[in-house]
Amino acid sequence: MKELFKRTPRQGEAEQKAAGAKQKAEAEANGPQPKFTWNKSHGAADAGSPQGKQEEREKPVAHSEIPDNLWTRCTACKELIYTKEFENNKKVCHKCNHHARLTARERLAFLVDENSFEETNAGLITGDPLLFTSLTEASYPDKAAETRRKSGVNEALTTGFAQIQGLPVGVAVCDFGFLGGSMGSVFGEKLVRLVEEAVRRDCPVLTISASGGARMHEGMFSLMQMAKTTASLNRLGEAGLPHISLLTDPCTGGVFASYASVADVILAEPGALIGFAGPRVIEQITKQKLPAGFQTAEFLLENGMIDQVVPRKELNTTIACLLKLYRVAATRRNNISANQLQQEVSHAW
Amino acid sequence: MPGKNFARREIRPGFLQKNPKEAEPEKEVQLKDKVPAKDKDKDRDKDKEHKDKQPLNSPAWERVLLARHVERPHALDFIGALCGEFVELHGDRHYGDDAALVGGIASFEGRTVVVLGHQKGRNTKENITRNFGMPRAEGYRKARRLMLHAAKFKLPLLSFIDTPGAYPGKESEERGVALAIAENIMELCRLPVSVIALVTGEGGSGGALAIGVADRMLMLENSVYSVASPEGSAAILWRDASQAPAAAEAMKITAPDLHRFGIIDEVIPEPPGGGHTDRLALMATVREVLNQHLNELEQRYTNQGEAGVRAMLDARYEKYRKIGQWAELSNFSEN
Repeated sequence: MKELFKRTPRQGEAEQKAAGAKQKAEAEANGPQPKFTWNKSHGAADAGSPQGKQEEREKPVAHSEIPDNLWTRCTACKELIYTKEFENNKKVCHKCNHHARLTARERLAFLVDENSFEETNAGLITGDPLLFTSLTEASYPDKAAETRRKSGVNEALTTGFAQIQGLPVGVAVCDFGFLGGSMGSVFGEKLVRLVEEAVRRDCPVLTISASGGARMHEGMFSLMQMAKTTASLNRLGEAGLPHISLLTDPCTGGVFASYASVADVILAEPGALIGFAGPRVIEQITKQKLPAGFQTAEFLLENGMIDQVVPRKELNTTIACLLKLYRVAATRRNNISANQLQQEVSHAW
Repeated sequence: MPGKNFARREIRPGFLQKNPKEAEPEKEVQLKDKVPAKDKDKDRDKDKEHKDKQPLNSPAWERVLLARHVERPHALDFIGALCGEFVELHGDRHYGDDAALVGGIASFEGRTVVVLGHQKGRNTKENITRNFGMPRAEGYRKARRLMLHAAKFKLPLLSFIDTPGAYPGKESEERGVALAIAENIMELCRLPVSVIALVTGEGGSGGALAIGVADRMLMLENSVYSVASPEGSAAILWRDASQAPAAAEAMKITAPDLHRFGIIDEVIPEPPGGGHTDRLALMATVREVLNQHLNELEQRYTNQGEAGVRAMLDARYEKYRKIGQWAELSNFSEN
């Protein structure tokens, strides 16, 4: 298992390739390996159902001999889909094109190059800055600990460095299953550390957001993460590095109103709910009836708020294309010889 | 790195008890109307059953009520009292003008400054015009235009925060209020002039932060600043907006609390009974504190040329960079 806080110095492409090949050889020698260099809990969870509870609930009454999770029911059109086929299609329904929500782990598996993800700061866990007193539920630290156990991740944001079609990128992925993907101190800190490291590595950043907004349990500490994350992305921009933001279902509140919206390119998945306030809140406060398709990715595109709506199966290509274009621009800016440039991106073109 | 543990401390009880003319029931009604509350009808039934449960003496909730007091001075009152000359600048140059967020160019203690602020109304008519101090996207884009104006002419920016939050309506979404807020936060992170923000009443969530990323973050003693309104927090956390007083306590939204957390830099004391009882005294204090901070920022940063400005922006970055609390698991298979 790879070191978690590995700080790889910047390498030439050739070296990287060599390292990749070496890794692959090692992987083959060691037999089948999990796709990513996850921590133990991830590895263990990999063996079971990746979707977890939700799928168990959704599966039809199975004959005792039929293995679990053989069939999945689309949450939108209720169509029964062969799970394997569903997963091969990156959890997009064949029939209605509904893009199912993904865990951070699934998202990475579907998007970045195999074996390329190197997680950073996985060990950060939340404190209890307000000593939050709740009326109904367990204490905040207990709730967080339980969520960690259930979800297999330590925080709503997973960060790390990966490659997409061989191009290096810092990635931050939200997990909506972890307290609604809410942004608290740890979320903010992990993102800022990723961005700062990306500046050091001269590497673009891709943020993939699915969040209900700021985490209530941390009060103003959460709100300040909006400023903190945005400030760090300002530094990324000053370093001439691009920030690509991918908005996925659902993305609302403080995340949408901060770092996810200050990107150079904003993409969204089809049908994703994206908005400042939730539709229920709007209807209650303004008594306005919201039209169908309000606050969807397509609605935002129509209103000129985002750059593109990209189907999940095309995400890899689109993002790789963007990364390539920025990389060519950067290498030209840095006056790197045509020969070197050719080497840098040849495999990708 | 183990996170700091903040000691629990009782907040000094408010002065509401000393001030029986406080018309609380009336205010409650008014609040309920603009509250981003969930399920009003349901709440009405629940109200009765929860009345007993509500903390009888909640200092934080008292401050919320004071912060929302109808007589409390609003942005234009502060600007009028503190600034000799003021020319209001309207419009975002894209879509429209938002009366909920006002701003312009003004004089303050011998300087020319740019001022921004959320403006609430005092009666129904005013409140409809001012949209209860809840700006839409065009308000934030106007604010951004004024920030750039400040940067162009190297004018310090003074911002007066008093909003329940950005307006969560249909047109807000259509015009991208979230993007406007995000862009403002980004702009403030890199604005090459000194920025001082003062929460005068309610600091509501992203709608407040959009003009509140600053070198000096100040709060009036009886103002509150929160990630969501107490009603909204209660609705999100416990699906019950009537638990707002409990949420106000739990969320630690008062100026002394936030000062203790290091989120704000200074609490400006108010006259006994609240700022509205003695405006002259309040304005004198605010003038003095703002002037003092502006002087300090000028001496330390903006009078030092390019390097000074860079140092100021670095300090602003570090100020926000360090906010947060976490623990680090060395062995992250905790369970």
